[in-house]
Amino acid sequence: MALIDLANPTRFIALVERVLPVLVALSIGFIALGLYQAFFVAPEDYQQGDTVRIMFIHVPAAWLSLFCWSMMSVSALGTLVWRHPLSDVAAKAAVPIGAAFTFVCLVTGSLWGKPMWGTWWMWDARLTSVLVLFIMYLGLAALWSTIEDPIRAGKAAAILTLVGFVNIPIIKFSVDWWNTLHQPASVFRAGGPTIHSSILWPLLIMAIGFTFLFTTLHLLAMRNEILRRRLRTLRMMEAARSDSSVATTTTAAPSTAKLGAAIEAGAE
Amino acid sequence: MTRKQRRLTLIGVAGTVLLAAVGLVLFALSGKITLFVTPADIAAKNIGPGQQIRLGGLVKVGSVVKSDGAAVRFEIEDTVKTIKVTYAGVLPDLFREGQGVVTEGKLTADGGFVADTVLAKHDETYMPKEVADSLKAQGHWNPADANKPKPQ
Repeated sequence: MALIDLANPTRFIALVERVLPVLVALSIGFIALGLYQAFFVAPEDYQQGDTVRIMFIHVPAAWLSLFCWSMMSVSALGTLVWRHPLSDVAAKAAVPIGAAFTFVCLVTGSLWGKPMWGTWWMWDARLTSVLVLFIMYLGLAALWSTIEDPIRAGKAAAILTLVGFVNIPIIKFSVDWWNTLHQPASVFRAGGPTIHSSILWPLLIMAIGFTFLFTTLHLLAMRNEILRRRLRTLRMMEAARSDSSVATTTTAAPSTAKLGAAIEAGAE
Repeated sequence: MTRKQRRLTLIGVAGTVLLAAVGLVLFALSGKITLFVTPADIAAKNIGPGQQIRLGGLVKVGSVVKSDGAAVRFEIEDTVKTIKVTYAGVLPDLFREGQGVVTEGKLTADGGFVADTVLAKHDETYMPKEVADSLKAQGHWNPADANKPKPQ
């Protein structure tokens, strides 16, 4: 199946139904293996002891929160430049998921900060920029629900998403550019990871599991969004039909073929 | 130029302008964004006594003195200067000699520092205790590397 075929929502939904069981199995498998490794296999850290295990949730959630906004930015380009019919569906469906991962990142980070640093929160560049990311997710959700017409909402949200993308490199490099309480990057850094392999492997397994979980949730949310838009089109058509039947007193129902074509058009 | 190319160009230009603007703002505000100053910064930035600041650096090895009362004395150093700190309160678990710390408080007239809070930084290395011990035994241990504050 070529990528272009996925522009057709019906084919896209068919594909989602096919890959979903595999994705669910992979998510559960990797996260189960990762959690087992995180709690029973990974050793205590030499200076942080057992507290280091918070990392196995905190870091994958942080990565996914950045990945999600980056993916939404690509979708935003798809909406604004190529007018791809599924890109604004993808962007909208990702917003609450990205917000949830960012929230998990902030909460676990706070729980980690208290025992290690001695504080739940500090207004340093890394923590603040991630909080800004979380607020931008909420703002994006608010924008989507403010504008009723999906096409117009999609364009406005796409512009906000691209503007917000500026924050992504700021988050990544905040720990290098300014003095912060948060430590610098451990995995994606020049010179290779500074995490011993016995701790790094569980982390990577969890990260893969979180990525599958994100993909699963995102495809489900996209499918729901497509169905929601079809429902919206159906309701509008029904309203238009009952209006016109009152006006002309004709009761002829539209042929099912015509209705089907109209739903298809509405979804795109 | 097709319409798609035109839209793409427009987004590219707008994005570049936005990046430049944000970059300038962050550069101008970097003194405010940075969480703490180091001992060397205090002289360079003319920070006087009585001003509430955050001072960060490494706890100098051999400088920690716990007296009978609750007060603790230690020295914070960067690569250039050292400042004597007194603090009465609970220290975080990670506080120890050679560790990165961020303290908040005021400079005194004699060039010392009275801290209200002491927070511990940790570096970005993670390893099992046995590995750390064997690294130390082999003399490959350099924990202070990552804790070094950045020059402002």
